[in-house]
Amino acid sequence: MTPLVEVRNLKQYFPVKTGLFKTEYLKAVDDVSFYINEGETLGLVGESGCGKTTVGRTLLHLYEPTAGKILYQGTEVNEKNIHSMRQKMQMVFQDPYSSLDPRMTVEDIIGEPLDVHHLCSSKGERREKILHLMELVGLNAEHATRYAHEFSGGQRQRIGIARALAVNPKFIVCDEPVSALDVSIQAQVINMFEELQEKLGVAYLFIAHDLLVVHHISDRIAVMYLGKIVETGTADDVNYNSIHPYTCSLMSAVPIPDPDYTRSRKRIILQGDVPSPLHMPSGCPFRTRCNHACEKCAQEMPPLTDRGNGHMVACWVK
Amino acid sequence: MEDKHLLSVQDLHTSFFTDAGEVHAVNGVSFNLDPGEILGIVGESGSGKSVTAYSIMQILEATGKITGGKILFKGHDLTRWNAAKLDKFRGKNVSIIFQDPMTSLNPVFTIGNQLIEAITLHTSRKGEQARKRAAELLTLVGINEPERRLKQYPHELSGGMRQRVMIAMALACEPDILIADEPTTALDVTIQAQILELIQSLQKKMGMAVILVTHDLGVIAEMCDNIIVMYGGRICERGTAREIFYNPKHEYTKGLIRSIPNVNNMKEKLVPIAGTPINILNLPKGCAFCARCDNCMKICLTEVPEELSINKDHKASCWMNVKEAFEEQGGAK
Repeated sequence: MTPLVEVRNLKQYFPVKTGLFKTEYLKAVDDVSFYINEGETLGLVGESGCGKTTVGRTLLHLYEPTAGKILYQGTEVNEKNIHSMRQKMQMVFQDPYSSLDPRMTVEDIIGEPLDVHHLCSSKGERREKILHLMELVGLNAEHATRYAHEFSGGQRQRIGIARALAVNPKFIVCDEPVSALDVSIQAQVINMFEELQEKLGVAYLFIAHDLLVVHHISDRIAVMYLGKIVETGTADDVNYNSIHPYTCSLMSAVPIPDPDYTRSRKRIILQGDVPSPLHMPSGCPFRTRCNHACEKCAQEMPPLTDRGNGHMVACWVK
Repeated sequence: MEDKHLLSVQDLHTSFFTDAGEVHAVNGVSFNLDPGEILGIVGESGSGKSVTAYSIMQILEATGKITGGKILFKGHDLTRWNAAKLDKFRGKNVSIIFQDPMTSLNPVFTIGNQLIEAITLHTSRKGEQARKRAAELLTLVGINEPERRLKQYPHELSGGMRQRVMIAMALACEPDILIADEPTTALDVTIQAQILELIQSLQKKMGMAVILVTHDLGVIAEMCDNIIVMYGGRICERGTAREIFYNPKHEYTKGLIRSIPNVNNMKEKLVPIAGTPINILNLPKGCAFCARCDNCMKICLTEVPEELSINKDHKASCWMNVKEAFEEQGGAK
């Protein structure tokens, strides 16, 4: 079976001027491969600066990839076909405050993708589609003529999702869609993502730093560190049977809202900070903070190897 | 009686006077803090948790004013103090660390300038002595090469490092109380773990009391002895960490705990709290949570619930508990 979306050896380097005539390359995403099946959710986690947002944006060609391939149902996504591909792949952004045009009504925001892709033959049809989309994400019909600033964060995120759904995509990149929302609202939006997936069969690339949220929503999870995927597998495998030392410390660092559990577990506190992506350590990027690092880690980047059940880990030691 | 508490907040009311009218951010908050205690204040945006903390420090914005209540520090009401007395109090007795370590340090002065300023202002140390103390403090918060760091500017440090500098500054005069307002919200998980551990170990070493203000129930569960849950400027529930998490007695707390992903509900659907966050410009007459509560009763709409003791470690302000207690009594008779 061909996966819905496949990424092969994706690289995304950004030029950074470090001197008058000197340009260095920041390797935001370095040789990343993964796949997403139809109707599935892949969670992408990692700390700030690890390249997870860049992966999401490059997938939709918001950045031109430096190298590597993005395949949608086996067809390569490139500059020429990206316009039509965006009917199948869409994105929901992190900040529901800045990602909606303040001068457009809700109806126009949701209707814009319909216009861009010429999906409606008449005004009546357009209106009908918009109202249907609004109903789908739990907005009332009378909200259609209002402006984005009249809504709360959770409702704005619903507008953003309705806009992404307008072209009836098969795949949505969700870039931190709940992290700007209040705790009591997050569950509403997470549930909506899950319900929409059941109803419409869309697949998600769910990018977030909140590991509990990602674990809850994802079928599989990929963990990134400094532009590389270090571990990937089913959500339960990555959470409960983590192998890579970085994943282990990440999981043990998550504050769990359960006093007895969280105080009884053993925590692995990492020393130091994430190295600058401009001056990446040789070999395994995590070795400078790793308790298990050996000589080989400094020489060569470990490849992802299968540890059973599709649980891939890139580590020489573990 | 009151003197035995390090800090005692009594019926605190704080309002902001804006163009849109008076905003009642804190409406009758009372709590006590004892030496060596870690108290967590949890709530979502607009719950009044930060304003409560700022009221204690008296660092409200110009439009904000404490309109009622007392804040007793070792028995003295500091709402009556003048600016000079407050200047001595801040830093020496109570310090605060803010959410965003990127903006709370001055970008045009070195770390050393800023740390030494705090030390010379609040202690008798001057010159070389103050500098030595600054380096000591940086070592205390786990920054290596302190002498070099003192010469650096904030932009040269990472987020976690900057938050460590903020903590060092707050600890400069060994305060009795450290207020941490969302100290780790802007940081990554692994850095958050470092900072939380640092606060915990420093608290043990120096025996100070900590007020931890946050929206993250995970952080609260990990750090705090006692917890206050706030909603709409009022305290809806207070108790020990175990009581709040395992035996919540306010509909808001119950809903909050149900709605967040946890280790044991990964395969289940989350139960969200309905509705939208409260608009504090337009507070309801009764319980602040009534508009979003599934078990809302008539009385909830019109009257603010009284605080009822559930047991010696636990109090909640919800009419449901009053109703249950009444029914139990009725059943017994």
